[in-house]
Amino acid sequence: MRLTLGQREALWAYLFLAIPLAFFFYFRLFPAFQALWLSLFEWHADPSARKFVGLAHYHQLLEDAVFRKALLNTFLYTLLGVPAQIFLGLALALLLQRTPIARDFFRAVYFAPYVTPAVAVAWVWSWMLSPHFGLVNEVLLLLGLPPQPFLQSPSQALPTVTWVVVWQNLGFQIVLFLAGLESIPRQYYEAARIDGAEGWRLFRHITWPLLNPVLVFSAVIGTIGYLQLFTQVVNLNFTDQGGPLNSTLTLALYIYQLAFLRFQLGYAAAVTAILFALILIITLIQLKLLSRKVEL
Amino acid sequence: MLKRLLLAGLFSSISLGLAQTTTITYWQYDFKSKVEAINELIRRFEAQNPGIKVIHQTFPYDAYQQKVASAIPAGQGPDVVNLYYGWAPTWVKAGYLAPLPADWVKELDQEFVAMAQAAKVGGKLYGVPTAVRSLALFYNKDLFRQAGLSNPPRTWEEFIAIGQKLTLKQGGRFVQIGYGIAPDGQDHHLVREVLVRQFGGRPYSEDGRRVLYLSEPGIRALTFYTDWVRKHEIGVPGFFPGNNGYRDGFIAGRIGMIIDGSFAIGTIQQGARFNWGVAELPVERPGGRKANFGSFWMHGLTPLATGAKREAALKFLAFITSEEAQRYWLEKVGELPARKALVRDPKLSLHPVYGPFILSLGYAKATPFVDESAQRKVMVDAINRVLLQGMDPAQSLKLAADEEQKVLDQFWR
Repeated sequence: MRLTLGQREALWAYLFLAIPLAFFFYFRLFPAFQALWLSLFEWHADPSARKFVGLAHYHQLLEDAVFRKALLNTFLYTLLGVPAQIFLGLALALLLQRTPIARDFFRAVYFAPYVTPAVAVAWVWSWMLSPHFGLVNEVLLLLGLPPQPFLQSPSQALPTVTWVVVWQNLGFQIVLFLAGLESIPRQYYEAARIDGAEGWRLFRHITWPLLNPVLVFSAVIGTIGYLQLFTQVVNLNFTDQGGPLNSTLTLALYIYQLAFLRFQLGYAAAVTAILFALILIITLIQLKLLSRKVEL
Repeated sequence: MLKRLLLAGLFSSISLGLAQTTTITYWQYDFKSKVEAINELIRRFEAQNPGIKVIHQTFPYDAYQQKVASAIPAGQGPDVVNLYYGWAPTWVKAGYLAPLPADWVKELDQEFVAMAQAAKVGGKLYGVPTAVRSLALFYNKDLFRQAGLSNPPRTWEEFIAIGQKLTLKQGGRFVQIGYGIAPDGQDHHLVREVLVRQFGGRPYSEDGRRVLYLSEPGIRALTFYTDWVRKHEIGVPGFFPGNNGYRDGFIAGRIGMIIDGSFAIGTIQQGARFNWGVAELPVERPGGRKANFGSFWMHGLTPLATGAKREAALKFLAFITSEEAQRYWLEKVGELPARKALVRDPKLSLHPVYGPFILSLGYAKATPFVDESAQRKVMVDAINRVLLQGMDPAQSLKLAADEEQKVLDQFWR
């Protein structure tokens, strides 16, 4: 059989693609399905001693108050964090776009937290938020406001953790939105101005709709990030992880605790399956609702 | 010809030597003085046992259990593994530890301090410690002198009075506190094993399967402890920032007293720039009942150690828990020996820093954890519900007892 040049090139391309694909299947997809399988067993180090329990772990989940709390917290983080970082990111990007001087300097400043290790960020913030020695309370006192417990209060801890994560993600959001803003053709604005449009109407009818692909990307990636939140939560309250009183516990942290501190890997796999399903469903809904073709 | 014969002889003796060498692997988490101590002990052990080679591998503390959890099922892990005694039941249930032979049970019963019994799970022995730890009161002698105090407190009443003298507040915020309160530090042990017992109760049934602290002494213990913050204001949780803020705050000279384990001696010795002392834990009233929480890290054998490896692993285990090793461990790491013969040494019990810890070993009890991380959380939360949410101590303790009983039932079912 003789192949045309095009067919041969395609064949080569597939051959090269096959190598990363094989890795992807073996190291990503296969273990993911293995985890699903694992959730049907009582964990044991010796594979032959693993007891099949069927859906028992999923039944157990229904009665697990800590799981419910972690699930609720995970949703709260997402609902608070994603809109906050999109709003602040877009607002700062719009301001930066208008800054004629030292724009690159500001970009670097805002981007710095994003490239700082999450662990270091968490530790510095845990010091700044300390009720008795922290900078934040120092400022509150100067303003004549009462000091706050922040991470030590079961009701304030979750919003506080969210704030730290938003602060850290902001740089990435800004860079993303700046790139999106730059890609909107100037002519649209000029044409609209000739027609008498100004300020808010320009934003509402040109910037916002044309920024849609970037917004969708930001919302989807942001949501996945918050649904998997782990590092900051662990390090902001290191000796009572997920505390106080489970107020900051996330699904990812609960999975970690079940699997590697309590050696209940089967049960942990069941929680993982739920988290996987959640991320999948939410992402599909977001893509369906948010992405739309824009016509001017 | 001769050369060739010699060479052949050389090669065959090398291969013979190789055939006789058994290689075993030892795992522990990464802690500088412990790593160095084990390296030295391996050197001595290998010199005495030419047929055995020990590979020593360490991992960061936070990743340690994770490595163990995944490596052993893959057949790649350690033959001898170092673990916190409270982890043993979960590890045993998940098949990560193999029981030790009967002669070890006898050795442990006769030669080791009482708390080492906690290395047994369901009647079988799963590990042996080199060193043990207990709790004591660390106090800042300079702050004491400034406040006109000379001696550490003997009773809790004195403790509270001293605590109040050492607490300073400025504009709604504490700048110095008398006691470094830390529910998620050592204080959850303090309530469960020390206060409950001192007040005449018992935290668990003899077999460790039933929660008993939901009792009059238990409720009194939690009320008494949380009153240090709510009523007497000798401390406030989260006073000093950071991981182990209570210890860091003490080292920074901002906290008058803390209750901490003997494992903290090294850190405090290195960090504190003032005079400090150690005292046995206060008691309810003069001559009242003494109680302490004991704990230890132990060396266990994994199912990967079979045949010749198991023999070699048992020899290594015997060596690193021998009197020689324990004496060396005390000098090098600063942890208390686990063998009674060494603990009885008067030089140790009169030592100004080690003494109070050593004296406590006689009556210290190790909590019979079955799921340490879950049970730790139960007590930390019981305290926090009172301190952070203002819940009634009796109600909070009831929630804790129910929750912990569930953990116990789930394990023993």
